[in-house]
Amino acid sequence: MSTERTALKQQAPPQSMFGRGPMGGLGIPVQKAKDFKGTLRRLTGYLQPHRPALIVVLVAGVVATLFSVIGPKMLGMATTKIFEGYLRRTLGRSNAGIDFAYVGNILSWLLVLYVISAAFQYLQQYLMSNIAQKTVYAIRRQVEAKFGRLPLKFFDSRTHGEILSRAVNDLDNISSTLQQNLTQLISSVLSVIGIIIMMLTISWILTIVVVLTLPLSVLLVARIAKRSQAFFIRQQKALGELNGHVAEMYSGHAIVTAFGHEERAVARFNGLNDNYYEGAWRAQFATGMMFPIMMFIGNLGYVAVAVIGGYLVTGRAITIGDVQAFIQYSRQFSMPITQLSSMANTIQLTIASAERVFELLDEPEEPADAPSAGAIAAPRGEVRIDHVTFSYKPEVPLIEDMTIEVASGRTVAIVGPTGAGKTTLVNLLMRFYDVSGGAIRVDGVDIRELRRGGLRRMFGMVLQDTWLFSGSIRDNIAYGREDAGEDAIVRAAKAAQADHFIRTLPENYGTLINEEATNLSQGQKQLLTIARAFLADPAILILDEATSSVDTRTEVLIQDAMATLMKNRTTFVIAHRLSTIRNADLILMMEHGRIVETGTHQELLAAHGRYADLYQSQFAGKLLQEVEASS
Amino acid sequence: MLKLLGLIKPFRASLAVVVVLALAQSLANLYLPRLMADIVDHGIVPGDTRQILAIGGLMLVVAVIGTICAVAGSYFSSLIATGFGRIVRGRIFDRVAHFSVHQFDHFSTASLITRTTNDTTQVQSVLIMMLGMVITAPMMAIGGVALSLSQDVRLARVLIAVIPVLALVFFLIMRKAVPLFQVMQVKIDRLNLVLDEGLTGVRVIRAFDRGAHESRRFDAANLDLTGTAISVNRLVALLMPAMFFMMNLTSVSIIWFGAVRIDAGQMHVGAMMASLQYAIQILFAVFMVTAVFVTLPRAAASAERINEVLDVVPDVNDPAQPKAPGATRGHVEFQDVTFQYPGAEEPALSAVSFSARPGEVTAIIGGTGSGKSTLAGLIPRFYDVNAGRVLVDGVDVREMPQEDLRARIGYVPQKAVLFSGTISSNIRFGRETASDEEMQHAATVAQAAEFIDRMPDGYASPVSQGGTNLSGGQKQRLSIARALARRAEIYVFDDSFSALDFATDAKLRAALKQETTAATVFIVSQRIGTVMGADRIIVLDDGRVAGIGTHAELLASCAVYKEIVESQASLEEVA
Repeated sequence: MSTERTALKQQAPPQSMFGRGPMGGLGIPVQKAKDFKGTLRRLTGYLQPHRPALIVVLVAGVVATLFSVIGPKMLGMATTKIFEGYLRRTLGRSNAGIDFAYVGNILSWLLVLYVISAAFQYLQQYLMSNIAQKTVYAIRRQVEAKFGRLPLKFFDSRTHGEILSRAVNDLDNISSTLQQNLTQLISSVLSVIGIIIMMLTISWILTIVVVLTLPLSVLLVARIAKRSQAFFIRQQKALGELNGHVAEMYSGHAIVTAFGHEERAVARFNGLNDNYYEGAWRAQFATGMMFPIMMFIGNLGYVAVAVIGGYLVTGRAITIGDVQAFIQYSRQFSMPITQLSSMANTIQLTIASAERVFELLDEPEEPADAPSAGAIAAPRGEVRIDHVTFSYKPEVPLIEDMTIEVASGRTVAIVGPTGAGKTTLVNLLMRFYDVSGGAIRVDGVDIRELRRGGLRRMFGMVLQDTWLFSGSIRDNIAYGREDAGEDAIVRAAKAAQADHFIRTLPENYGTLINEEATNLSQGQKQLLTIARAFLADPAILILDEATSSVDTRTEVLIQDAMATLMKNRTTFVIAHRLSTIRNADLILMMEHGRIVETGTHQELLAAHGRYADLYQSQFAGKLLQEVEASS
Repeated sequence: MLKLLGLIKPFRASLAVVVVLALAQSLANLYLPRLMADIVDHGIVPGDTRQILAIGGLMLVVAVIGTICAVAGSYFSSLIATGFGRIVRGRIFDRVAHFSVHQFDHFSTASLITRTTNDTTQVQSVLIMMLGMVITAPMMAIGGVALSLSQDVRLARVLIAVIPVLALVFFLIMRKAVPLFQVMQVKIDRLNLVLDEGLTGVRVIRAFDRGAHESRRFDAANLDLTGTAISVNRLVALLMPAMFFMMNLTSVSIIWFGAVRIDAGQMHVGAMMASLQYAIQILFAVFMVTAVFVTLPRAAASAERINEVLDVVPDVNDPAQPKAPGATRGHVEFQDVTFQYPGAEEPALSAVSFSARPGEVTAIIGGTGSGKSTLAGLIPRFYDVNAGRVLVDGVDVREMPQEDLRARIGYVPQKAVLFSGTISSNIRFGRETASDEEMQHAATVAQAAEFIDRMPDGYASPVSQGGTNLSGGQKQRLSIARALARRAEIYVFDDSFSALDFATDAKLRAALKQETTAATVFIVSQRIGTVMGADRIIVLDDGRVAGIGTHAELLASCAVYKEIVESQASLEEVA
């Protein structure tokens, strides 16, 4: 499971604290949303509760941008005054010199404006962090709640990584876009408008010159982006192959070593690494080129403003301060434009992410428990499978008209080769899936008339794939019953033969199980899940006999524990051991997902069917060994 | 970080070029305001339009030169950074590929993958930023200060005073923010862990009806993360307004002090305007550098993780003077072997001695941690013994080239590992030169031929990464076929039959028996049924030999063995 999580992290774009940088989104192929508008509308719906704050954010953005946009013009006015004073002085027309009262006045006002602008800019960001994070919190919460209501079918038909990617990566995208890009969008748009207006108040000729550089830079950047797209695709593809090879060779390291394939693995890696390099430096260069080129176009505008502005000043059409203001404006102009163009991609990415999250939220849910649904107070554990029909896919029928009666306290063995679909029955009993025909009854009650929670609490499940969560051993056992005291937990552990090994651990019951539970052996984990079942004290048991990875001594413990657990409980056991099978009250023989035979050991042997075949082949194997052993 | 950067050596020449280009580019950018000042002072003031045009032309030339330098610089930086990434990645992979099995287990597979891919990319992208900004920025700053000093010393002081203040503000905010970012990362991991557990354990959670509990757990983590994220972002929100305010304050000061200087006749207007632009360029450069420095801790952590891998010296190495093995083929002998995992308190194996010959089956049985797999792993020299010797064909395995040794061994691990490719490429992993007949024969013996033949493309059928398109039993059979294709002298089956159902298991062992008559076979198993037919059973108990003998002998003499037997089957099944 952790491998998957790491793989996820690898897919996520490397994040920097400054978002994706000015050039971040350019050139990289973007996955587009299917329904952009609808998704956007739905996403904005989540911002509704923050409407008042959002309005303040917007107003703050307007004030902050306006005040900062006025700056260069006022600086220009000051410069003009200084220039005039200077001219008067040098041309000797008067001794008055610079009008410091005027300049000082302008500069003081300017300072006030700047302070206000900064304050509002801060206010905007400050409020936005609250809005963005709370919004994402709400969506995340919805996603998690949704997981609780989705049918098992959903989880079984998708890979883990696929589901997690939506809940983690996609939500991450939404979060950083809300945090960074929304305010940026507001201020960029306002800046562009504000700057153009300010420029127009000074000189329309110069404004045209500056604005004309815009299509030029857009054109160039778009061309580079288009050409570099191929490099990015090549880079991504090569990286995928490279990572695949690394993952594969590392997970098979022992085999690679044992078969002496190290040098071949390295040679192939070097080939892939070279291939990646070829794509990577080109992609990198293409990205790296954008900044100088945009800067060049900016400089073109700068030179044009200096030269044309110079002409205009000598012709007394504008003042020297105007030229200075224009230079600052033309410099400031390119920043919001670049931001906007990269934001276009980011926003598309985000909407695509949001769409995936919404798709998840729209998945059909398990039908809710009926209001009249109840629970069985003191279950006896009689199970009746009544003319049940079931299939995962309609075109592949699995169980057809199956009827089985299991009296309280009896044992049913489910037998069959690996992959025969023995878990199907478990799925139906616990109502992870609903039957398509007939009914399953516990103590005479159709399980669909019970609350799911109540139904499942009647069952205890000990599967081979043990699930423990990161937490203490105590908490893991107590998972079976929330209100269990220390005594009850220790008693359950003792009954499950787990007490002994727990006491050898450094912190006994308080020992933390780490993320991958590597500090416990497979067998020990199984003992813990048995203890969990003991504590839950269910009426019906579902057991899975271990086939592998458990050493013989622990297996003895497990067997003992399971035997004790089975006493007086109706048990369904996925059986591998002959003795278990023979002693069962009923055997269900499964093959390719279907139940092919049912009966007791004797009945099935007499029937000379699949079970008899299986038994004979096993028996033959034993004979062979005896021959070998005695020779 | 610095240590890792030592690997940049091959790029010294390009690095020098990048520095020169960055210098040229910075100078060009800084020269533009200076020329603009000339336009003002020599063109506008005297009203000389030809001067304006001439200087304008010069500006254009300077801008073009600056751009060419910048593009060329970016070309070389791209080559250096990605080339550096290539070297680091190659080094890591080569090192990891030669790790001994134990060294490999010291890291987790996932963490090694991250180190090879993610961490390298992280370091690479920081290098790109450094080449792009960290080199240019100081030049901008120094050049800008120098130029404004040349315009007017007093005014330049304003700039010189502002730079450290700006850097300090940035530094102070980031010093608080960076640890918060780390806290946030921990909380993100925590949230993902809870989510991940909720997905893996979905059956158990529902079985115990603990959905509400899980939701509470998730919500707590979610709330916790949200709180931290809000405070981090609020702190970072200070950054931009503060920086811009500093810049604006500088502009205002330059105009004011500039006016004073001009009034005193010590400065031209053009010079003041140029200073204003220097200020913006310099402050922007400082801003960029500090931004890069903020990402440094992350890259440094990545570099540290990479170094941890590169610092591991492979502990299983080929001998300087390899010995030729004797004439005997497939003879394995353990002489008083003791092995202890580094850092472990107790030896995993103590004083184990036995020998095995071709045609014999040696089975190893015992509880978890009794050292079964360790013993099996010592034969292909996954580890080196601490005391005693492991001899193969009369030669200590440490005195043989690893390749020679392993060419003699067909190893089948507990967990079947397949590689992406085809069925045939996976079987031929054992021996690339195996003919089609040999390959099919290996598959037949391994009881894999039947299911392979049923596949639409037979032996050419694709195997996905990790063999996920095959069942556990199929993978295990292919893993056995792979070893058989090797036609080895020694076979080591490390608990390799566990995923097979009992019918297949029995058939497979019968077929193996015939196939491996000339070979020395080792079978590690937990099951009596699998080991009872062996010529020799080694019973391990806590790393010590509790008994060696046949099934019958051990049943009579070895208490540990008897205990195992009784635990597994009723008497009638054994007899």
